Amino acid sequence: MIKELNSPVRIVLDNCGKIDPESIEEYIAQDGYKAVGKVLREMKPEEVVSEIKASGLQGRGGAAFPTGLKWDFTAKAQDTPKYVICNADEGEPGTFKDRAILEGDPHKIIEGMIIAGYAVGAHYGYIYIRGEYLLSINRFQKAIEQAIGHRFLGEDILESGFNFQIDIHQGAGSYVCGEETALMDSLEGKRGTPRFKPPFPPSSGLWKKPTVINNVETLANIVPIILKGADWFRSFGAKECPGTKVYAISGHAKEVGLIEAPMGITLREIITEHAQGMRQGKFKMAQVGGTAGAILGEDMLDLPLDYASLKEKGLVLGSGAILVMDETTCAVDMLKCFLNFFKRESCGECVPCRVGTEKLLQLATAISQGEGKEDDIDLMLHTAKVMQKTSLCALGQSPILPISTILKCFRGEVTEHIRGRCPTGVCKI
Amino acid sequence: MKLRNRKKDVIALLSKAQTENKHNYITEEKLKLIAREAGLSYSEVYGVATFYSLFSLKPRGEYVIRVCDSGPCHLMGSKSVFEVLEEELNIDLGETTSDGEFTLEETSCLGICDEAPAMMINDKVYGNLTPQKIKETLRKLKEKK
Repeated sequence: MIKELNSPVRIVLDNCGKIDPESIEEYIAQDGYKAVGKVLREMKPEEVVSEIKASGLQGRGGAAFPTGLKWDFTAKAQDTPKYVICNADEGEPGTFKDRAILEGDPHKIIEGMIIAGYAVGAHYGYIYIRGEYLLSINRFQKAIEQAIGHRFLGEDILESGFNFQIDIHQGAGSYVCGEETALMDSLEGKRGTPRFKPPFPPSSGLWKKPTVINNVETLANIVPIILKGADWFRSFGAKECPGTKVYAISGHAKEVGLIEAPMGITLREIITEHAQGMRQGKFKMAQVGGTAGAILGEDMLDLPLDYASLKEKGLVLGSGAILVMDETTCAVDMLKCFLNFFKRESCGECVPCRVGTEKLLQLATAISQGEGKEDDIDLMLHTAKVMQKTSLCALGQSPILPISTILKCFRGEVTEHIRGRCPTGVCKI
Repeated sequence: MKLRNRKKDVIALLSKAQTENKHNYITEEKLKLIAREAGLSYSEVYGVATFYSLFSLKPRGEYVIRVCDSGPCHLMGSKSVFEVLEEELNIDLGETTSDGEFTLEETSCLGICDEAPAMMINDKVYGNLTPQKIKETLRKLKEKK
């Protein structure tokens, strides 16, 4: 069981920890599969799409693309068959929300996928779960079998004439497969490398067929929206980013775990009110959005953590991972750790990312060993900017964010390393 | 209504081949067999097998220990996890013990960042690691033999 830190609202995590995730009866007792019944019996597919559009739900995997719009594009695509994919390749370091949902409430995702299938006209669904999440895979498999047993999956669901089935695809260890087109290649049994875009998945996705691909947390919002309506959903969160977000807190906070809160909660509120403050020592910085996210210093503690507010500042909310770091943390040591991650996970397909991630790690390593030059800082920024403009996917486009924000907050500390001293004593110079 | 498509199953077949092997790797023979079954060339299947970090084409220990060094685990002390394991097993990262029992690897984020630092041994995840807990875990695995 993943620890949850007194969430102010529970839309996504509602059933987690409350019901036995391996019992479909307990799920049904919480109004489970009622949304599927409502959709199949009372709504036309286009009405379902309209409802999701009206809710303002945005993709919770990190890109924040309007879910209703994605469904609309796929519904209008002419080619068949169409596919629904649930992206459960949660690999962004510091993120463990999808695992909590899969382990705690798998039927809600099955239900969300059936509804997505009905809305866009797909009869096949795949869930791509990373190979490291064995409990999630087992629980989901069990849930699929139970849903088939209760005739929520298969042919003629609830005597509506609608057919839908779901298969699990188990990943085999690759961060880049979280990128939607890489995931599709991987699902097709190939190396998981990103594709050129356009075309986008709604017109050409899995096996080049129209595909709607949504993150686990996004799909977990579908059932509540269908049951309670778009207006209800819009009563939570920020105007431009309705609903809640599941934030994953890790690092030096006193309490770490998940918290579901209305979009727009601040870092200060999360740390002081929900995580009970710092474990010991003073707050130094937090990385928001995973390793591909920005470093926020003390001056950013009151920034609302929603997609729009962060975008305005040139930052990202990403997956909602929050890594809290106290003053004993060395900014250069962490930067090196982040860049090591990018280097290791670069798939090698495009040159800017393959060469750039290696080069960035070399520069950061040299700086951490007191062997950097003053020019190296600009070289890092320049390299990361070129990568941002020329890389094929988010992996190569992302290093600029942690690098530029660390330099904005802690340039002095980086320079001290170049002059031969690590102020926190973490780096061996 | 069956979703199966042989090419799609390559990753599942590789995974099965590896799990069935006592030394946690995919033999060349198996690669050839899977290529034939899926109607692919050997090089295509080799390309897939070498892309994913969970697969190995070299023999490994009966227990594959995979330590996370992503941001949260790094912050919470994964360095000492590596040190303790390297000392206890007397191997470096990427190596296998001479008795063929343990292999030490680095892994990407395991998604249990609320229990950092963490590691995975075969199918099982271990969090909130301390030197004591690591030594205890190794001892139990050795006793099992």
